[in-house]
Amino acid sequence: MSATTMQPLGPVKDQAVAAALGRRRKATDRLVRLLSFAATGIGLIFLASILVTLFFKGFGAMNPSVFTEVTKPPGSEGGLLNAIVGSLIQVALATAIGTPIGMLVGTFLAEYAKGSSFGNVVRFVSDILLSAPSILIGLFVYQLLVLPFGGFSGWAGVAALTIIIIPIVVRTTEDMLTLIPNTLREAVIGLGSPKWKMIVTICWRSAISGIITGILLGIARIAGETAPLLFTSLGNNAWTTDLTGPMPSLPITIYSYAGSPFQDWIELAWAGALLITLAVLLLNILARSVLGRSK
Amino acid sequence: MTPPSDAETTSGTTQNASFGGMQARSAVALNETARVTVRNLDFYYGANKALKGINFLLPEKQVTGMIGPSGCGKSTLLRVLNRMYSLYPGQRAEGEVLMDGENIIADGVDMNALRAKIGMVFQKPTPFPMSIYDNIAFGIRLHEKLNKAQMDERIEWALSRAAIWGEVKDRLNSSAMGLSGGQQQRLCIARTIAVRPEVILFDEPTSALDPISTLKIEELIDELKRDFTIAIVTHNMQQAARCADQVAFFYLGELIEVAPAGQLFTAPKHPKTQEYITGRFG
Repeated sequence: MSATTMQPLGPVKDQAVAAALGRRRKATDRLVRLLSFAATGIGLIFLASILVTLFFKGFGAMNPSVFTEVTKPPGSEGGLLNAIVGSLIQVALATAIGTPIGMLVGTFLAEYAKGSSFGNVVRFVSDILLSAPSILIGLFVYQLLVLPFGGFSGWAGVAALTIIIIPIVVRTTEDMLTLIPNTLREAVIGLGSPKWKMIVTICWRSAISGIITGILLGIARIAGETAPLLFTSLGNNAWTTDLTGPMPSLPITIYSYAGSPFQDWIELAWAGALLITLAVLLLNILARSVLGRSK
Repeated sequence: MTPPSDAETTSGTTQNASFGGMQARSAVALNETARVTVRNLDFYYGANKALKGINFLLPEKQVTGMIGPSGCGKSTLLRVLNRMYSLYPGQRAEGEVLMDGENIIADGVDMNALRAKIGMVFQKPTPFPMSIYDNIAFGIRLHEKLNKAQMDERIEWALSRAAIWGEVKDRLNSSAMGLSGGQQQRLCIARTIAVRPEVILFDEPTSALDPISTLKIEELIDELKRDFTIAIVTHNMQQAARCADQVAFFYLGELIEVAPAGQLFTAPKHPKTQEYITGRFG
């Protein structure tokens, strides 16, 4: 465009129009801000009321026998020891089995299957699994391990939790490896390194804090899962570390106690709920600090 | 890098190829033997032809500067020499790149052994997330088994040759990520020479560095050519003039002219070279 057709921009001519536009902008701004605050406030009120109730009732029900006694019939003084240990065993085993599988699949997707159609299928399936309703996974393991082997078992619970944690680890491993710049990979390869060595020594080392964060968040997720355990490890009121039989866990115990008519069971359910919440909170804080330290 | 289009360049292909061949021979006469010889090299990014009939050679223990505008194929050629392109499906090279009588772009070449012989230093410093000592030891351990004393000796040698020993000798066990950009780049050079390659490829090694660090790297390259055959891609013509014994000018995937540095910058034979070095395009 040529200079002759352009009028120089002077100051705004009509001050009244400008002022009216400004007032409308400000009003809209106030309205949107009010709505955002209100929405945030409503969300926070619910969250706070859940947490306050949980802490009140949970701490009220907390006493040493929660950690020293197993679940007992209503009326006698019982605790959650068997449920706590059962949860620890199942979550630990599921993590121990699921983490290496998830890391290897994530590594395959990021390092070997970039852009390949097989890789895309695997990624898609893994993402579906990530958001699949966990009760379906429980039913799947029920068909696969409970029915054919003649009963509920701790191993079936471990299998269900493993299936839930794998896609979480796959996703974070792939994401973290994808963040590593190709120049770093080329520098390793340029020294004459085979690809597997580059992945194990450099890529995993660079991505490790992110991967650990993902694993911790995965543990937090499976520690609170109830539905997949209903059809697999079922729950057990006695002390047991036998994975071939029904096994107790905190979420299942909360589920059955909270719905019971007995006051002492209901209190134990509150104590269990508080324990899980604190554990998940702790894992999240841990995950953040691991990620924070790497930066 | 965007591969150049074919349309604009077809006219001068045959003439330029013979031109490149002639100049390469004059370089041999100047610099004893060829360490690496490139013959009729074509390179493709998928369907895009990025290098067209390249003929030239790297004279032994000399510095070859590679210049040309962005997308001319100079970095591509560098990445052919150590088979870096083989990491990426869809990239392929045709022709011959001869080293010790072997065509290194043929199928079945042991690429890990090749990359031990032809090392590379990249545009951006790429320290590994480990200690300074382990950064250097990493490459050595890939190809040799040394005891602790031999390893210490080799690491000191490599860091000294890369002119960084004095700055890091008291903190070999601290993370390499804590070094400055210039130090990191010299560390990467040390890491490359620690493997004891015969050829070192530098891909714009100073473009991410300040002038002082750049000067250090340039002095280093001058020093390293006593032992190594060197190829350096640079956007900086002064750098090419300062470092290189032989300079090759690339344009749109073709080697336009290769000549001793003094000759190419003072009396270029090809009008395109003349235009480029006087800054009329690029």
